[in-house]
Amino acid sequence: MMPATPALQTPATPGRAGSEAGAGMPALMQVQGLSAQAGGRTILHDIDFEVRQGEVLVVMGPSGCGNTLLRHLVGLQRPLAGRVLLDGQNLHEGDEDTLAALRRRFGVMFQAGALWSSMTLGENLMLPMRLFTALSRAEREQRARDKLALVGLQDGFDLMPAQLSGGMRKRAALARALALEPKLLFLDEPGSGLDPLNTARLDALVLELRHHLGTTVVMVTHDIASVFAVADRALYLDEQAMTMTALGAPQDLLQQGPEAVRRFLGSAKALERAQ
Amino acid sequence: MSSPASSAATGQPQGPLAQARLTIAFFGEVLLALARWLRGRPGPRAADLLAQLDQTGPRSLPIVALSCALIGLMLAYMGGAQLGRIGAQNFLADVVTVGMVRELAGMMTAIILAGRVGSAFAAQLATMEAGEEIDALRVLGVDPVTHLVLPRLLALLLVAPMLYGFGALAGVVAGWPAAVGVYGVSSAEYWHQCLRALTFTHLWIGLFKCMLYVALVALAGCREGLHAGRSAQAVGQATTTAVVKALVWIVTAACATTVVFTALGY
Repeated sequence: MMPATPALQTPATPGRAGSEAGAGMPALMQVQGLSAQAGGRTILHDIDFEVRQGEVLVVMGPSGCGNTLLRHLVGLQRPLAGRVLLDGQNLHEGDEDTLAALRRRFGVMFQAGALWSSMTLGENLMLPMRLFTALSRAEREQRARDKLALVGLQDGFDLMPAQLSGGMRKRAALARALALEPKLLFLDEPGSGLDPLNTARLDALVLELRHHLGTTVVMVTHDIASVFAVADRALYLDEQAMTMTALGAPQDLLQQGPEAVRRFLGSAKALERAQ
Repeated sequence: MSSPASSAATGQPQGPLAQARLTIAFFGEVLLALARWLRGRPGPRAADLLAQLDQTGPRSLPIVALSCALIGLMLAYMGGAQLGRIGAQNFLADVVTVGMVRELAGMMTAIILAGRVGSAFAAQLATMEAGEEIDALRVLGVDPVTHLVLPRLLALLLVAPMLYGFGALAGVVAGWPAAVGVYGVSSAEYWHQCLRALTFTHLWIGLFKCMLYVALVALAGCREGLHAGRSAQAVGQATTTAVVKALVWIVTAACATTVVFTALGY
């Protein structure tokens, strides 16, 4: 069922645009006219935006929308209409081998970590390397140890996922997402289920990755503190309109964005101040 | 992938036709994964195969042997009562041996594995689906069928001959006390008749059937697990459905193979 409400899309707000990371950079991913269903219900309609190289783009909005959008961006679900282009190639067209090769250009950190529970952390990181790189076993092990060290889990190589706390599991999942050294990273609610300290630690890690490795990041989150901490641009999905209602720097959206977005960002800011 | 016809609880398409299509597509995916592996593409990890062998084989042996022994004992009692009416107790060993080796050992092995292992396969994979572990494989371009289904299927196929052999032996041995103690068949006569009745044809047909049944058990468990929804309820439902489906498939396959082999003169 198509929505009755017309799209309320606001183009990228100016203001900080010139100073944003990724501004003026070529688009790494383009989303064109994306419509999506979940559980038989249209929940995204005619979404258009691009992910610029080197930026941290945050997707925010009501529960479910961001996750559905992310599943379409990484090719796990086929859109009802529209397309997702990575480096100009459609993520939903072509044979399985072509799509698999395309998907390996990005890493995904799932909401619950999604570490393979029958393997140690080292094995979790080395499996994609074994399947898709020509690295020797020693090189794979070294790279896995390096990635674990990068997220502060240098002693975790032989640990099983069940032995980890929530925060450690998320960091290990981040390390695994980096195993094939992708240029684009998708993070699904990295702060969910974590205390503020661990959330802030993950946010710092995201910024560090962008700064040191130049990784482009697309992050779905409901945590407004994280939005202001890491986002170069934020994209707001509106539940009623089923579309993107605003895209721009978080500060600009807070000041000049549509009413619903200002309320969304402002209420959380007020709550933060109260705390 | 969600579709309008999906059940919200299980994530599976509703309707018998859609279910059948999904099952056939899954069987096709397994065959393709097997073919890709045999042609030299990366296959399942040796560690996964060994772990599954450990889970499915030695740990299933006692319960398979016990069940087959009890079935052998029952067969001897029932067979002896009927044969006794025409004074043919001496053929009791033939009934027990042919019955166990050709039909019942394989079927009992598969039924036990459906309850013990097929349900575990479904629960493991459904839990992985709920925890997005399978999505994590897909997004890397790792085929979940190669990585998760093949080790389980191969493990069951590898342990099936051993379990079948022990099951058949346990059944035949368990028939002996009934034959000797209740129906007055001498020990020597019982064992002599057992060996005489045991032909290579019965053995390979029994083994073939057992391999077919356990393959169906593995496929039912993995199919339900991989296509489960993303909730605790879906995990439970996948487990139950896997066992029911495996039992129905086993009985259907038993019926079909019996008819076919008999028609072919075996």
